Amino acid sequence: MKLSPQYRVAKIPANTSLTVRDRKVNAMTETLTRTDSLVIDGIALNSRLIMGTGGAPSLSGLGAALIASGTELTTVAMRRYSVDEAAGGGTNLFQLLLENNIRILPNTAGCFTAREAVMTAELGREALDTDWVKLEVIADEHTLLPDALELADATEQLVNRGFKVFAYTNDDPVLALRLEQLGATAVMPLGAPIGTGLGILNPHNIELIVSRASVPVVLDAGIGTASDASLAMELGCDAVLLATAVTRAQNPLVMAEAFKHAVIGGRLAAQGGRIPKRAHALASSAMDGRPDL
Amino acid sequence: MFTIQLNGTTETHPAGTTVADLVTATTGRALLSSGQAADGGRLGVAVARNSGIVPRSQWSATAVEHEDELEIVTAVQGG
Repeated sequence: MKLSPQYRVAKIPANTSLTVRDRKVNAMTETLTRTDSLVIDGIALNSRLIMGTGGAPSLSGLGAALIASGTELTTVAMRRYSVDEAAGGGTNLFQLLLENNIRILPNTAGCFTAREAVMTAELGREALDTDWVKLEVIADEHTLLPDALELADATEQLVNRGFKVFAYTNDDPVLALRLEQLGATAVMPLGAPIGTGLGILNPHNIELIVSRASVPVVLDAGIGTASDASLAMELGCDAVLLATAVTRAQNPLVMAEAFKHAVIGGRLAAQGGRIPKRAHALASSAMDGRPDL
Repeated sequence: MFTIQLNGTTETHPAGTTVADLVTATTGRALLSSGQAADGGRLGVAVARNSGIVPRSQWSATAVEHEDELEIVTAVQGG
């Protein structure tokens, strides 16, 4: 990967003291992460962690986790207005996100057909004043896996209606490319089925999707722990979307912060350029000049 | 008087009831004729009537009719 100029690290004189060196390295890393925003549809997101809001037991706990994660974009579902909804009735969730200046990505969760998904997307656009939509068209409740045919149909219809479609898709490199060709703004392949926490089951496919995509690739679903998110970024994904891994963790606040660092770490690792894997050991200490003992 | 289905529940309303009336009754927030909340905040709800969207700007001009099916939705937690 060719790095743009802002990522090139300036040389630090060798005689600089360690503390000063640390400070300079920290400053460079900060610059790197700060300038490395994800731009989607002209909007710059300074965090590459997209948090879903599903699964949180309380609205206040969710708010704290969202803030700890550093996310600037979060998904919501569109459902009947209910005043006695356990986790914050009425429009409390909407107000929480507005107050914290977190951009909203309405989803079409629970839709089985393109027709339902288009209608749900229209409701989200009308209610939340955004033409962004996380398109989910699932095949059945057991697997929650995307139905490829309905997904492609819905993507085409929504693009024609002026939506910016974030397509939740299988980890299928062919389908991901087709969705992009149909006009998806971002493709979001799953790591594993929703809520399983199984991590990235087919890293090779994710890498292949990334290598051929010219729209942002967001790893969505299946994330269990921080290393899964790091791996997604190391594979070249532009962002990671997760909900359950934080909201149902034993300590959501701590886990949210873990993911914040994991995504930054994975992104930096992808830019840093990992060493090639080797079959045999390679000494890092020179063999020449060893004393005769 | 006539009956409608609102969010899956059968309700009876007087003739002349508009979508805006139902939104206010559901959310407890007064609306301007534009469909925006009178309190100046964002409302965050959308309305579907018989499987078609009723744009906010049309709420006060749209009278509901006997046996209409209406859905008033908002953002809830979801991944």
